[in-house]
Amino acid sequence: MSTQPRIVEVRRNILKHNDQVAAELRERFQKAGVFVASLVSSPGSGKTAFLEKTLTLLKEKGYRPAAVVGDLATANDAERLARSQAPVKQITTGTLCHLEAAMIQTAIEGWDISELDFLFIENVGNLVCPSSYDLGENIRLVLLSVTEGEDKPLKYPTIFNSADLAVITKIDLADAVEFDRDAARSNIQSVRPGMPMLELSSKTSQGMDAWMAFLASKRPR
Amino acid sequence: MHELSICLSILDVAGEEVDRRGNPQVEAIYLRLGPLSGVVKEALLSAFELAREATPFRSTRLVIEEVPIVVYCSKCDAERPVRSMQDFSCAECDTPASKLIHGRELELAALELIE
Repeated sequence: MSTQPRIVEVRRNILKHNDQVAAELRERFQKAGVFVASLVSSPGSGKTAFLEKTLTLLKEKGYRPAAVVGDLATANDAERLARSQAPVKQITTGTLCHLEAAMIQTAIEGWDISELDFLFIENVGNLVCPSSYDLGENIRLVLLSVTEGEDKPLKYPTIFNSADLAVITKIDLADAVEFDRDAARSNIQSVRPGMPMLELSSKTSQGMDAWMAFLASKRPR
Repeated sequence: MHELSICLSILDVAGEEVDRRGNPQVEAIYLRLGPLSGVVKEALLSAFELAREATPFRSTRLVIEEVPIVVYCSKCDAERPVRSMQDFSCAECDTPASKLIHGRELELAALELIE
């Protein structure tokens, strides 16, 4: 028996398990006719306010939305979102800095997803870790608030590059914080050329129409 | 910091491969890592030191090969590198790039075994 080291090629995706669960989820969502959007951003960029407004508006329009929210320690976000009367599940991740597909699978157990039109997944506020994990969503939104600075996309290119739609939030505060809109938009496009962008305020509803029209186009009735 | 969970996944995948091969000793795990994987090489290497303790891999090395970003450039009609992560355009002709070919890799490439 030789003791010479031998190199064997393997070529396996490290996150294959997560990707498999995500692929199963995606298939289930598609069969059930539910459009799934996940949200990533840094803490405090307005994910929960945006989601609360989105759920409320969708309910008003007669849609059936639901949300799964990830939070490190508290159930505050879920309580806020529950005010919209939409079904909401909380995933408390403890010290885990991101959501994984299996957590979504567990969170939606007991829900008849065929009764839903939209499912929103609010990831943990973090611009680094969530980028590696597919959650079975149709699109990933990355949120950037005007108070964060225009260069966020350049500092966190990986997460912006993994997203499908950029949402600039708190646009009602743009003038107050001297937000350079052109610079922000150009930075987003530099990191992820061609990514569609929305600008809105969850507080004043400015720009929410375009977002609602986008969602309606995904669930034509 | 999710590098520790990534390391545990690396050891899971490596463990399955080693099982299938009759549990030889593993000298090294070769990993291919893209800059858009969301995983930082240095953090992964330190997390690996911790993750491998109390496992059959406690003397195994982690060798990371960094995979450069490659996009398909529609103007060049060819695969090209980009200027940078911040300037995601073709390094040859500056056309903004939207089709990623390489750069998200987080892949167990090979195992170095003593049999």
